[in-house]
Amino acid sequence: MAEQKAPGFETRAIHAGAAPDPTTGARVTPIYQTTSYVFDDVDHAASLFNLQTYGYIYSRLTNPTVSVLEERVANLEGGRGAVACASGHAAQMLAFFAFMEPGDEFLASTKLYGGSITQFGRSFKKFGWNVIFVDPDDPQNFKRALTPKCKAIFVESLANPGGVVTDLEAIAAIAKEAGIPLIVDNTMASPYLCRPIEWGATLVIHSTTKFLSGHGNSMGGIVVDSGKFDWSSSPKFRGLTDPEPAYHGLKFHETFGDLAFTVAGHALGLRDLGAAMAPLNAFLTITGIETLPLRMERHVANSEKVARFLEQHPAVGWVSYAGLESSPYRKLAKKYLPKGAGSVFTFGLKGGYEAGVKLVENVEIFSHLANIGDTRSLIIHPASTTHRQLSDEQKLAAGAGPDVVRVSIGLETADDLIADLDQALKKAA
Amino acid sequence: MDHEHYSDAYLREVLDGVKTIAMVGASPNWNRPSYFAMKYLQGKGYRVIPVNPAVAGQEILGERVYASLRDIPEKVDMVDIFRNSAAAGPIVDEAIAIGARVVWMQLGVRNDEAAARAEAAGLKVVMNRCPKIEWSRLHGELSWSGVNSGIISSKRAAGAGGWPGVSGGGFSSKRLKKG
Repeated sequence: MAEQKAPGFETRAIHAGAAPDPTTGARVTPIYQTTSYVFDDVDHAASLFNLQTYGYIYSRLTNPTVSVLEERVANLEGGRGAVACASGHAAQMLAFFAFMEPGDEFLASTKLYGGSITQFGRSFKKFGWNVIFVDPDDPQNFKRALTPKCKAIFVESLANPGGVVTDLEAIAAIAKEAGIPLIVDNTMASPYLCRPIEWGATLVIHSTTKFLSGHGNSMGGIVVDSGKFDWSSSPKFRGLTDPEPAYHGLKFHETFGDLAFTVAGHALGLRDLGAAMAPLNAFLTITGIETLPLRMERHVANSEKVARFLEQHPAVGWVSYAGLESSPYRKLAKKYLPKGAGSVFTFGLKGGYEAGVKLVENVEIFSHLANIGDTRSLIIHPASTTHRQLSDEQKLAAGAGPDVVRVSIGLETADDLIADLDQALKKAA
Repeated sequence: MDHEHYSDAYLREVLDGVKTIAMVGASPNWNRPSYFAMKYLQGKGYRVIPVNPAVAGQEILGERVYASLRDIPEKVDMVDIFRNSAAAGPIVDEAIAIGARVVWMQLGVRNDEAAARAEAAGLKVVMNRCPKIEWSRLHGELSWSGVNSGIISSKRAAGAGGWPGVSGGGFSSKRLKKG
């Protein structure tokens, strides 16, 4: 058989999912700004509604521009398929919605984006989905915390607010032994720096708002399915294995095999949760991904320079960046993030809370806002903003103590970023 | 023959080279996977002849159902097997006997001994795949569902193009066409 040489990451970042438009020949993926699609006849409509043929019905379920993004990200992550949606939070909702029932449990790392901790710990409870938080630094903690009701383990590959790398391979082995999927949020690393499926993840989640779109201009989320988890291996995943009454008894895993999660993610998840991605956001995100490899290289190079500068600065007490030799996560970073430890990290100011406030108020190039993964450099003082409502104890546990500043290093000239931080640190001292 | 990985070229050759498919284990129940596959393949221009002794003599999707491959009075290019791996063995032998050129075993179905017999007899073999999924993957339709087709191409899909010479180029078509 002829050997098929797999195209490289950069080629796939530009081409995967995006052949020329079959009708017009348009080379760039068009923005299909339409809610709905005509049926050829009643039989064609019936086939579409029964999932017997492929095609578009309504943009809450699928849209041609969004489909290109889904295939693009699925390809870059090495997955079987993907479901894109309105935001990273919607993606987390979609992932768990596929198999969680009231009374079920899942394990999640304590080292997560604060918004995820709130979503899991508070809003998921309204569905009867119960999270057990586990310190990920010892992977065996997950094994110890497992219960018979546990249906998944959730971690971030490179954890927000920064500097923490998760031992994916060790945790994947624990999930595999327990017969449950490992779900990895890969937002902070992007598939250019880390590909969790290669380490055993079942589902990979992104807030595409961040590095994938990359320009701070479009919200989005996506769930990539590896296609490698056997949903029929236990009765735990009934949503994908049992007859689905809304499709006249169709069994997703039996009918669609390793496409089951992707098909059900659209046909059940997006249909009923409704968090569809806008075609324009898909277009902007597809365009962003074309330059993902170039951007990530520069994000990493700039971050290493800024982190080394901060580490030497007299006003800075500590820097938590896994790209530094001083980081306790350096070894894990070399294994899972060989091309660099991303561009979001935290550092501590010797001047505490007051210094943090003054720093973010005096920067001139860094933008003081609550996002990451932009071409622009971003800065935030969590204790006075995103974590303001927490008690001092809670702030410390969340890595948002009074002295902590988080940065997302952009693509500007590194020396300009260093000079900006230097002048603002002088005013904060 | 590596039955873990099939090249796109091999699958294209198989799917482009057959017209009449005998589907063993075809179900008259519309929500069974075999019915999905049969209906889809019919829509792509294949003649699909159902084989199922339990409903022999009845019709599925307008085609008469036969009890066995040997009962089919016409030439069969490919035998598509919707049965378990053990049951696939004797069906492969029948496929060889009736002169089929391809044996295709569905997702989850794999019988290496039977595959070796078929290949020794000059048949092409595909196992643990679905022709509906592979056809749609190779022709871009699977991508509509967000699936990673693995296909990279800068070429416009063949056969597409709307109404050449009528629309496009800024000209108004003579009349609005419906349907």
